[in-house]
Amino acid sequence: MNDPLPLVSVRGVSFSYGPRAVLESVTFDILAGDFLAVLGPNGSGKTTLLKLILGLLEPRRGRVLIKGLPPEDCPDKSLIGYIPQKAAHVDPYFPASVAETVAMAYRPPSRPLFGGRAGARLAVERALGLVGLLDEKTRRIGSLSGGQQQRVFIARALVNRPYLLLLDEPTTGVDREHQEHFYDMLGRFNRSEGITIVLVTHDIGVVDRHVDKVACLNQRLTYHGSHGEFCRSDAFREMISDGRHLVSHSH
Amino acid sequence: MEILFELGFLQRALAAGVFLGLACALLGVFLVLKKDALIGHGLSHVTFAGVALAMTLGVLPLAVALAAAVAAGLGISWLKDKAGLYGDTVIGIFSSVSMALGVLLVSLSRKFNVSLLQYLFGEILAVQALEVWLSAGLAVLALLTVLLGGRRIMYMTFDSEAARAAGVPTGGLDRLLSVLAAVTVVLGTKIIGILLISAFLVIPAAAGLQVASSFRRALVYSVLISLVSVTGGIIASFFLDLPASASIVILSFLLFVFCFLLRAVRSR
Repeated sequence: MNDPLPLVSVRGVSFSYGPRAVLESVTFDILAGDFLAVLGPNGSGKTTLLKLILGLLEPRRGRVLIKGLPPEDCPDKSLIGYIPQKAAHVDPYFPASVAETVAMAYRPPSRPLFGGRAGARLAVERALGLVGLLDEKTRRIGSLSGGQQQRVFIARALVNRPYLLLLDEPTTGVDREHQEHFYDMLGRFNRSEGITIVLVTHDIGVVDRHVDKVACLNQRLTYHGSHGEFCRSDAFREMISDGRHLVSHSH
Repeated sequence: MEILFELGFLQRALAAGVFLGLACALLGVFLVLKKDALIGHGLSHVTFAGVALAMTLGVLPLAVALAAAVAAGLGISWLKDKAGLYGDTVIGIFSSVSMALGVLLVSLSRKFNVSLLQYLFGEILAVQALEVWLSAGLAVLALLTVLLGGRRIMYMTFDSEAARAAGVPTGGLDRLLSVLAAVTVVLGTKIIGILLISAFLVIPAAAGLQVASSFRRALVYSVLISLVSVTGGIIASFFLDLPASASIVILSFLLFVFCFLLRAVRSR
């Protein structure tokens, strides 16, 4: 049987900020339905890798393909949900309601002459319903707790029914209880909605409980495979022995 | 009050003021949230240099000022992107260099008279029909920008990186806002004047943002505050024999203070 076509292909990708090399010859695939954690110490190129997949940065060498196309030629970029690292730091005075924050990212599947507004409202309410925040839709985003804000950003990333969700340390600054709810919710989206998820994290506990694949970066790709094998790998032992960059929250 | 409906120059002043106020209020909200509130200040200095150049060359001042301000607006967007500088730094560079250029031209040409003062302080009662139509066109452009691109501009303003990742053309939208701000500033010089137009671009938006709980409300409040300021300011200036531009800006500031106090009372 043929291997399934990868959703994202990273092929021999190298990247540097000026003279400082961040990624060297990284090659791996992300398949549809994967829940992949990207692990690695600070400065190992995790965030850079996400930005390369999104087309926010261009590789110095190699290429990234989404459904066989370079990110800049990808016709449905609005169907890739992205939550940047700094998303948790909302300007408390920004005058956007919860519904408006989600609606920012909404793109209608077609451009109807009439009824576009109703379509947007339905999509926003569906996304807010998925994260359990429909009752808060008229509140100002800055007035919500960190955990609630993070759920709003998930709703924003889900509003166009994406096939791929990229999250960069999405629970920084969020308390433990809300973190657990958050990752449970991601797991549900991965299983029931079939959304492929790529999660950059330092939390080995999250990796243990929620993801099915792991990619380890330290400029180079030191491991890529299933979570079970990762726990028996040299990359895991190295990461545990050099535990400065990891946190572990077990329950 | 009947006199308001009988005097043609007053009707033109009110019409141009309302259209300009609408454009300033809508653009102002985006500019304030983008932390580019001072772009109006910078572009007004560029307008001064443009007017000075036109007077030196003996050509139509507003045409030269418009070309200079649009070029500067695009230049500010370009330099922010290419030089990796913050907006206020780039605007500061354009603002001070333009003012220096304007002063140099004024000094060299030795031709300046009362007409330069009209551009500096505004002369709303001398507004011509063409300027009313141009202001109406600008208001329509600002309204279309909000209706067709408002959600994308809000996304860019709220989270530029996520917006870019979702395919929002952030560079193009930034340039569009800069060009609209440039046209607004140049058309506003006749009504508010070079020295005060940037205040009219910022204060109603800042006042609306004090009390708005959503983006849509911020736009509505900003427009209302702007329209009350411009009509109230023009009418007050007519009956009390005050300068129109100063009356408009002071009234908008009083409304800002009111909104600030309202917010303080609400949050207690």
